[in-house]
Amino acid sequence: MSLVNFTTREITCKIVYYGPGRSGKTTNLQYIYGRVPEGRRGRMVSLATQSDRTLFFDFLPIDLGSISGFTTRFQLYTVPGQVYYNATRKLVLQGADGVVFVGDSQARRYDDNVESLQNLQENLLAQGVDIRQLPVVFQYNKQDLPRDLILSPDELDDALNFRGVRSFGADCLHGHGVFETLKGISELVLQRLAAGSSAA
Amino acid sequence: MSAPLSPQMRFDGFVVGAANRLAAAAARAVAESPGTGYNPLFIYARPGLGKTHLLMAIGHAAQAINPALVVEYVTLDDFVEAFHTAVGAGQGDTYRRRFVEADVLLLDDVQFVTHRRETQAELLRLVDQMQAGGRQIVLTSDRPPADIEAFDERLLRRVAGGLVVDIAAPDYETRVAILRRKAEERQVVFKAGVLDTVATLALDSVRELVGALNRLVAFQSVGNAMLDAEQARLVLGVRATASDVPPAPATTAAIPAPEAPADEFGEFLSEVAETLTRQVEGWRRRVEEAMARWEGQGYRTARLAGLLDRGVDGDPAGALASFVADIERLQALQAEAAALSDDLASNAVFRDPDAVVAAEEFLARAVEGASPPPPPEGIWVFDDLVESEGNRVALRSARETAERPGAAYNPFVIVGGAGVGKTHLLHAVGNLLVASHGSVVACLNAQDFSEELIEALERDRVGAWRARYRRVQALLLDDVQLLAGHERTQEELYLLFNHLVEQGAQLAFTASAEPGEIEGLAARLASRLAGGLVVHLPPPEREVRQAVIERLLGARYDRVDPELAGYLAGRPAESVRAVQAFVQRVEAAADARHAEPDVALAREVLEGAAPRAPRPAAGVRTSGVGASGFRSPEKAVWEWPDIGERLIEEWR
Repeated sequence: MSLVNFTTREITCKIVYYGPGRSGKTTNLQYIYGRVPEGRRGRMVSLATQSDRTLFFDFLPIDLGSISGFTTRFQLYTVPGQVYYNATRKLVLQGADGVVFVGDSQARRYDDNVESLQNLQENLLAQGVDIRQLPVVFQYNKQDLPRDLILSPDELDDALNFRGVRSFGADCLHGHGVFETLKGISELVLQRLAAGSSAA
Repeated sequence: MSAPLSPQMRFDGFVVGAANRLAAAAARAVAESPGTGYNPLFIYARPGLGKTHLLMAIGHAAQAINPALVVEYVTLDDFVEAFHTAVGAGQGDTYRRRFVEADVLLLDDVQFVTHRRETQAELLRLVDQMQAGGRQIVLTSDRPPADIEAFDERLLRRVAGGLVVDIAAPDYETRVAILRRKAEERQVVFKAGVLDTVATLALDSVRELVGALNRLVAFQSVGNAMLDAEQARLVLGVRATASDVPPAPATTAAIPAPEAPADEFGEFLSEVAETLTRQVEGWRRRVEEAMARWEGQGYRTARLAGLLDRGVDGDPAGALASFVADIERLQALQAEAAALSDDLASNAVFRDPDAVVAAEEFLARAVEGASPPPPPEGIWVFDDLVESEGNRVALRSARETAERPGAAYNPFVIVGGAGVGKTHLLHAVGNLLVASHGSVVACLNAQDFSEELIEALERDRVGAWRARYRRVQALLLDDVQLLAGHERTQEELYLLFNHLVEQGAQLAFTASAEPGEIEGLAARLASRLAGGLVVHLPPPEREVRQAVIERLLGARYDRVDPELAGYLAGRPAESVRAVQAFVQRVEAAADARHAEPDVALAREVLEGAAPRAPRPAAGVRTSGVGASGFRSPEKAVWEWPDIGERLIEEWR
């Protein structure tokens, strides 16, 4: 997928929210959806199971209007977190311009985070993408839970974020850190514009 | 009339940012030591970005450092108008002198020189004179020199020979700095965030930026309270969007206005827009920088201008890379052309990255024109040369020259009379060079060399002609004295000589006299020839003649009559050619009689005497006479009339 189309003067960024099941990926998108003015957002597509678990993926297109002469669109995707939907995750990951890894801050979900991160690396690698070359940020969700249940962002950074990319503590239900995360990943993705063809 | 320098326009008041750093640095350098560094300095920028400020700052700074300096600042329009007035009043020279005598001439807005041929000629003269006098000239324009319509090519070259710098629109931080400084100058204080708001407006010149600031100053001065950022936006917002301002490159004001600035999405949008604008402007700036750079080096940058105007079909980095690749290709082609001839390399086709194919074709044609120069004649080889006492030095040094081209004797000059074998020796050197070094050797007569040049001049292909000879590893020119009076050929030979020597190529010449004694040969050429090794090739001695005769006879008859050979060799000859001539006469006579030549026949043919029995004394006679002390005994004897000889015989 081409990030920048200079012929049609369009910029399209595909950002994928990745992470273990129930970590809050869809919640991120729902919060964003609620904040984007109606005229700027497309219909949020959510394919969920009866128990509201993401079955296939969520898709939220956002139209940012014309910036510097470029019609700019963001497409936000989530992947189903459950382990057995790996084929879907692979599909959604294809052509991603950036990835938000939504980790669950609960201490008991620690292993799920690690497993999901490894799964992300593997799936990217299978597509010939080195995670080190792709814009990635970390979001540690559920920081609003009682202290004794969760790990702090610093602790999670130590455990997961060994390359030291940007990370954000968040409480997606209430929206804390949601837009900060989105801004963080957007900046990284857009900065690759400067690299020209390498971003395309 | 030259205008006074505005006291406000000094370096102190000039805010330096990324967009104008180079221009400011160059301006300072020029002000600190006018006429020594970048001369002429050409500054271009869109209106309102500080060209005039910088120009005047140079004047102020230069005068501050050396108050005795004469600084003239004038806009081109004023320059033209005043000059016309002066010419009308018959004082053209006075006016002209005034500018030429300025230590620093600051000429503003030279883009108006378009289609003014006389003014361009005047400007060209001025630039030349000022450069020659070590005086500084600084020019400004609203566009790069190459884009000034109908700008004289020579003027363009002069300008390109100095320094061409541009001032781009200031970036956000610089705009804030400019606004702060202006506010300070006006002693007006704004609330936090107000100036930042102004800085984000779509105003692409500093002048407009200051205009916006003035508007705020005015509004604030009539109101009771200080404007806040939101009010400032209201005051300026309408104007900024309503004005017919082109999309500003380095601003974030083209961002779609956030519906509710306080909300998260609005903030997100602003940040994304800012990042995106920065990135998009990043490549735009890179393209602009590339344009400035390549234009400064004299390349056409229409393609890059197109990128900025129309956008690109593909990614800009790729387009830029392909542009640079094309320039590199042109440079390579130009280098190839330069190896052939400087004339070829200076062709404009090597300056247009959109015409790489044309440049390739041009070079191919040039190379084709530079067909191999005439090689040495294969029949003249060293093996056929007979060494004798008299020619030993010449032959051995010639061989050494051929064995160590460019190193042993350069140039190698063979001097001798007509027919002594100079040409043979020269070609032999050439053949040895070809055989042992595989060198590209040009070996030809000076007359032919001159004729070729004349033909090249007729066809306007001097460049190709030069190229043809510049790539040789050895130039062997026969009968260089024939160039006497051929001034242009001598000049070309002189240049070629220097070029080839520099390249380590071997040069060899033959001449009828010592280089210094050839009348009509330029002293600089003669001295270069004399600076190598000059050897003399004497008339052929007896053993040489004998060898030549035996070879000639041997080539025709199965058996060479030693007596005949001896007899013929005994005949005096000033040249090998003379020997060949009398051998041919004898052979012709023998052919007529259907017999093989013998001494009697030879004697009859050459002396006109009746054939008679060979005398044993014949071979001895010359030596006998020689013994008596004649310097050239054979000549002394054989030139006697027959009657005299007979008398002597009878007397004996």
